[in-house]
Amino acid sequence: MSGPPLAWYLILSAVLFALGVAGFLFRKSIITIFMSIELMLNAVNLSFVAFSYQLKQVNGHVFAFFVMVVAAAEAAVGLAIIVTVFKNRETLNVDEVDSMKY
Amino acid sequence: MDVILFLIFAIIAVVCAVNVVVQTHPIASAISLVGVMGSLAVLYLLLGAEFLAMAQIIVYAGAIMVLFVFVIMLLNAGAESKRGRSLVAQLLGFPLLIALLALASYFIQRYYPGTATVQFGAFKAGTAQNIGRALFTQYLLPFEVTSILILIAIVGAVVLARKEL
Repeated sequence: MSGPPLAWYLILSAVLFALGVAGFLFRKSIITIFMSIELMLNAVNLSFVAFSYQLKQVNGHVFAFFVMVVAAAEAAVGLAIIVTVFKNRETLNVDEVDSMKY
Repeated sequence: MDVILFLIFAIIAVVCAVNVVVQTHPIASAISLVGVMGSLAVLYLLLGAEFLAMAQIIVYAGAIMVLFVFVIMLLNAGAESKRGRSLVAQLLGFPLLIALLALASYFIQRYYPGTATVQFGAFKAGTAQNIGRALFTQYLLPFEVTSILILIAIVGAVVLARKEL
């Protein structure tokens, strides 16, 4: 009785990360873009935990925990920014929020 | 058994992640993201990270996603319009994604060919006790810096959410 190879976990992590990148690049809604970032952070966390298992150390878990904390802080500030942008511009489309481009 | 559990929850995670990207309505994306996070918590458990699995459920699925759903409700965000998508992105996007995944899988399989098989229960150090010990001895400084980061985030969120801005 044996489990799956560790590489499968890493490939799953790569798949989730690539999907997060795709969502980040292709979507127009600022909320969905933000959710894609969360997806990428989760994928990296899975890699951390998988390598932690491979090396039999708890350090990877600590790093994943820090990533979680930073993601929570980032979600609070990012969503506050989204609410402010919506209040000022009445739009959630990132293509219409371009005043710093010119 | 481990292989079956891994495959079930990996497939759930990938299907939900695809759903996050392709759904046009943000609330559907948010619910799919909760599915991804829940299945990832099970995979953490399989890897022996009990504390992280619980933290994943509580922090991500509990706190962050509730915040997302709350903001979606508050802003009354509707479905995203499909106009303005470039032809190049539509034609090249999916093949390039597949190519990136194939490349990543190839390199992972090449450089980690003989990785250990993951056995549930083989790694028992992921308890709250061990992580707490590492956090408060080896990682004490980053831990304290994190508290300052959270304080800054609280102040920033309060300042941004004020009426006159």
